[in-house]
Amino acid sequence: MTDSHADPAEPAAAPHDPHVLSPGVLLGTAGALVGLTVLTVATSRIPLGPFNIVLALAIAGLKATVVALFFMHLKYEGRFQAVVFVAAVFFAAIFVGGVVVVTTQYQPDLEAAARAAAAKATSARP
Amino acid sequence: MTAPVHGIDAGAAAEDAGRAEAFLAPHYRSMGAQLDATKLGTWLFLGSEVLFFGGLFTAYAVYRANHPDLFRYAHHFLDWRLGATNTLVLIGSSLSAAWAVRAAQLGRRRTLRATLLVTIALAAVFMAIKYVEYSHKLENGVFWGAAYRPSEEILSVLPPALREAAAIPRHVGVFFSIYFVMTGLHGIHVLVGMGLFAWLVRRAGRGDFGPRYYGPVDLVALYWHLVDMIWIFLFPLFYLI
Repeated sequence: MTDSHADPAEPAAAPHDPHVLSPGVLLGTAGALVGLTVLTVATSRIPLGPFNIVLALAIAGLKATVVALFFMHLKYEGRFQAVVFVAAVFFAAIFVGGVVVVTTQYQPDLEAAARAAAAKATSARP
Repeated sequence: MTAPVHGIDAGAAAEDAGRAEAFLAPHYRSMGAQLDATKLGTWLFLGSEVLFFGGLFTAYAVYRANHPDLFRYAHHFLDWRLGATNTLVLIGSSLSAAWAVRAAQLGRRRTLRATLLVTIALAAVFMAIKYVEYSHKLENGVFWGAAYRPSEEILSVLPPALREAAAIPRHVGVFFSIYFVMTGLHGIHVLVGMGLFAWLVRRAGRGDFGPRYYGPVDLVALYWHLVDMIWIFLFPLFYLI
């Protein structure tokens, strides 16, 4: 589709070749998403401690990838569109990760300061 | 490049060729260039949506990382069956939206209208379930922040171990602040999507779309899939874990 730019003599309404998803791909994508939804509900029942959230996010990430590749045609589009979207997800992930690391680092200090302030308030009372 | 796409209705394609030109903006050289440019613009918009929700996911992640007990406690107030049903409803609406793109590309007007209407109907089902969830919480005092005053009735859904006073974490209302803002912003996106699909139904009824001009259907569907994608993350993060 991208090489439709190449021909300057191309008439304005020149046909271009749309990528049409077949019913099989559409239904298969929806079926995979339903299956992964069942899987994420089932695995959330198994007590895995902190690993539950890792597993839930991994399954959600897989579902989002399936949606992007097939329903959103990303598998069949030019690479630049994928770069735009993956870059946004990547930078959002850096932001979330960085902020979580920083705040968890200082949380014990905050809690210690809160405890110290509370102790000081009770000891100052006559 | 000009190989015919199998399955395109020949009559519809011929009629479409004349109509499509009317929708070519003067600053594009061809329908193909118009579609490519508007699609890239849509992907840039979706990228900004990811960053928009990214800020809220950060609020979730920070609060959860520092207060994991609060999230394990508060998620019992959410009914995973309603959340799972809504997940399936949105997957169904994404399927019908993707099918609408196929129908527009092939010039199948009746299928296009039908799939667009199914998408709107499923979005309405999603919002109806959200309404049930929200009204149940608000009627039972489950508000955001300091306004959180749970009724005895809603506390009785908690597992017995979590009903002890010692098991109740502080600042439960913050969980619901994050919950209402994230699911509320997502719900607003669903409502916007319903409006966009209603606009597409009107244009499809007028016969605007066909193999040479289906951009608006494609781009609204892309937006809709992103709304589905965000729910794919909200569902496990709030209802399951």
